[in-house]
Amino acid sequence: MNSSVVIFPGSNCDRDMAVALKKFGFKNNMVWHDDIDLPKSDLVVLPGGFSYGDHLRSGSIASKSKIIQSVIKFAKSGGLLLGICNGFQILTETELLPGVLLRNKFSEFICKNVFVKINNTENNYFKKIKKNVLELHIAHNEGNYFCSNIQMKEIVDNNQIALSYCDKNGEINEKSNPNGSSKNIAAILNKEKNILGMMPHPERMIDKYLSGDDGVIFFENLLNNLK
Amino acid sequence: MVNEKIAVDHGLKKTEFKEICKLLKRVPNITELGLFSAMWNEHCSYKSSKIHLKKLPTSGKKVIQGPGENAGVIDIEDDDAIVFKIESHNHPSFIEPYQGAATGVGGIMRDVFTMGARPIANLNSIHFGSTQHKKTKNLLRGVVRGIGGYGNCMGIPTIGGQTCFDESYNGNILVNAMTVGLVKKNKIFYSKASGINKPVIYVGSKTGRDGIHGASMASAVFDDQIEEKKPTVQVGDPFTEKLLLEACLELMADDSIISIQDMGAAGLTSSSVEMASKGKLGIELYLDKVPCRESNMTPYEIMLSESQERMLIILENGKEDKAKKIFDKWHLDFAIIGKTTKSNKIEIFFNKNKVADVPIEFLSDKAPEYDRKWKKTKLPIKNKLNKNIYKNLKIEDVLIKILASPNICSKEWIWQQYDHTVMGDTIQKPGGDAGVVRIHGTNKAIATTVDSSAGYCFAHPLTGGKQVVCESWRNLVSVGAKPIAITNCLNFGNPEKENNMGEFVECLGGISEACKFLDYPIVSGNVSFYNETKDKGIKPTPSIGGVGLLKDYKKMVSISLKKAENIVLLIGKTEGHVDQSVFAKEILNQKKGPPPEINLFNEKNNGETVLKLINEGYVKSAHDVSVGGALIAITKMCITGNMGININKPKSLVNFFEYFFGEDQGRYLIEIEKKDIEKAKSILEKNSVYFSEFGITQEKNIVLKDSLNVTIEKLDKANKLWLTKYMDS
Repeated sequence: MNSSVVIFPGSNCDRDMAVALKKFGFKNNMVWHDDIDLPKSDLVVLPGGFSYGDHLRSGSIASKSKIIQSVIKFAKSGGLLLGICNGFQILTETELLPGVLLRNKFSEFICKNVFVKINNTENNYFKKIKKNVLELHIAHNEGNYFCSNIQMKEIVDNNQIALSYCDKNGEINEKSNPNGSSKNIAAILNKEKNILGMMPHPERMIDKYLSGDDGVIFFENLLNNLK
Repeated sequence: MVNEKIAVDHGLKKTEFKEICKLLKRVPNITELGLFSAMWNEHCSYKSSKIHLKKLPTSGKKVIQGPGENAGVIDIEDDDAIVFKIESHNHPSFIEPYQGAATGVGGIMRDVFTMGARPIANLNSIHFGSTQHKKTKNLLRGVVRGIGGYGNCMGIPTIGGQTCFDESYNGNILVNAMTVGLVKKNKIFYSKASGINKPVIYVGSKTGRDGIHGASMASAVFDDQIEEKKPTVQVGDPFTEKLLLEACLELMADDSIISIQDMGAAGLTSSSVEMASKGKLGIELYLDKVPCRESNMTPYEIMLSESQERMLIILENGKEDKAKKIFDKWHLDFAIIGKTTKSNKIEIFFNKNKVADVPIEFLSDKAPEYDRKWKKTKLPIKNKLNKNIYKNLKIEDVLIKILASPNICSKEWIWQQYDHTVMGDTIQKPGGDAGVVRIHGTNKAIATTVDSSAGYCFAHPLTGGKQVVCESWRNLVSVGAKPIAITNCLNFGNPEKENNMGEFVECLGGISEACKFLDYPIVSGNVSFYNETKDKGIKPTPSIGGVGLLKDYKKMVSISLKKAENIVLLIGKTEGHVDQSVFAKEILNQKKGPPPEINLFNEKNNGETVLKLINEGYVKSAHDVSVGGALIAITKMCITGNMGININKPKSLVNFFEYFFGEDQGRYLIEIEKKDIEKAKSILEKNSVYFSEFGITQEKNIVLKDSLNVTIEKLDKANKLWLTKYMDS
């Protein structure tokens, strides 16, 4: 399986993502933001970080970068496109995913472990996944998901909510919402379910010595679904 | 025309101005005066501290580079080396907390990647005034946001630190930032220039008017007009620094660079003078070539600007195009602004006019050096406490009150705002004894901690200086790392006052003694004097940043208790020293008396034996016993492990409060499974280490027969919620 990780100036989880993808068996390419073409890929990842310093709004300048046209084309033709953290913000800025990510509710950067419930397993990311609650890690300033009521109705009707913040028993409640996201949303899919934007960082949880290892479940499952 | 008054306004003493005129055999022009004021101030010249710093132990088997470079370098075996340093950004952070703290973090990271190392961990030591003081909350919020704002954007994990509150910092907060970087031994870059007619390259951000006289401000006390000093605070841009980091490391992959130096305090002046001085060369600069952010900047302003995210490089001839291409790729400015010469002078040109012409040695080697008068601090007499004062105290109340006190409470509110997991190698996050990150792709890991003990240092500087080094050593031992070396940030009051200077000299004496005994040399650091406002100085606060090595990260231990029915041993002797303890201050309202004594022999022996037990695999969790005493230490082990303990009644001492809250040094709590206990004990006995059985772990509650029975949940709440509540109130 071939993957590509796009590096924007200011990306800082690009290496971590590449390490994770390689660990679980992807053949990975790093792609520079100023390139025009994507290499042949089964999965394209927009990594976390502060692309273009988050100037204007997080993700907004990256959504106008050179490489992004190829990324959009790739996704529109059904390719798997995963945006983590800043990558999620870029996906909403390109309007490949609906909604926006606002400043966290208490306007502070949050770095901690959270639990997320998997709501939709009819997609290549979570199909056949062994657990329905994962412990993942968040690290962001703007992860407070928001969209219009009309958009939210569509998201819900099309079963686009991928992950919701929850407690360790899978209970979705206000207490387990770290950033004020509407409906505790931690990740959403597009209608076709090939584009996933998520705030948590599975690439930081890939062995038991780290904050946790549920990232292993995520990546192994993803690779198996693609085989 | 420059005169004595202008010189004094630049922070120079009248005698110093006379000396400058004598050296030059003329009166300097305004640009030259700027150069002297930048290089001769306390911050850059170390004029009050130099003679004392020379006495510190700075070499050792593992030391590749000691003080004098951008940062210190130590050997961690194979081809790997660690580059690290701590630096203060106190004065700017008080005036403008967000930018002051942010640029402090940015500056120290540049010091590390200037040497070719990729930063792998950040730490910080921050001190604020009383929690009752009106400025404290905003300063804390601003500083934490600033540290996070910069480090998070750079993608370097902030894995450790400490936060203290004390009224002596009401008018002068401390912000000390530390960075640890990783480099291959054969790819270390230094600041010493060499070769004549080599191009001098300016890269990074453009030069603006921010930060002019920053270093001079850091060399003076504060007065009523402090708000007017805002323009001397630099403005940080972590995004540009991230690009600068990647671009520099890319250029460093081959041998284009002869030497490189970041433009930190005193900007272009100190970087160019230091590079030339170390290489015993001259340097010519053409200031019209310097990329400027604002129009009509004068040579004086360009030389003294402390705009951030800039580097000065001396390049091999013929490598200019290749280097430019890399900086173009990262959208950074690149300009050839001068060349090295054999004149041994700094010659500055602006629009074809020579605007400064000063021999390099006048600015560096000829900078003043003072042997300031200092006063010894006597060891205070021990408090004779009337034992009746304990009568009305309940252990549970005391425990909860201390857990929820500003200096002991959980600092999670702070470190959750720092990205501590980026780079994917953090195996011990903040909240334990030391932060630990793996050396990517190897079995090795680096443990690192930053510590200070201003209360002890104030009571008796010599003992305090020793103690803070020992504390650092213990924190590394507690995670299973072998301590290698330290960096120190020496925060003190006004060196022109005998008692402040005395605190400095004696703290340094204590630090030196402990470092020598523990074979724990000092490889880098900085001095911050004049932490004084309207005649009120801070408590002497040396911050010690320690680095240790774990050869096999799988052997790391944490402070969290692991399972029930394990035995917890208390290593080291408990005498019940209450003076200067948190218990004395928070509960007895008693601030007098000496700090606990340091026995360096026991310290070393206990630490090395605990390390041996960890390496043998007998230790399931470990925590050094520091501020707060043994009961606070075990409570933190219980909270983080969500386990309880049944504590044995102490045999040796009658008084529970002294036993449980005394702050005797050289102690650890270690958790050992029953099956290993005899083997562990025999190692302890063989090494003549004093130990006792402290208790047996259990599923819930901390229990001490007849005196204490409290749930972990209750203790956790008291400990965790205090800071959040304070910040929200």
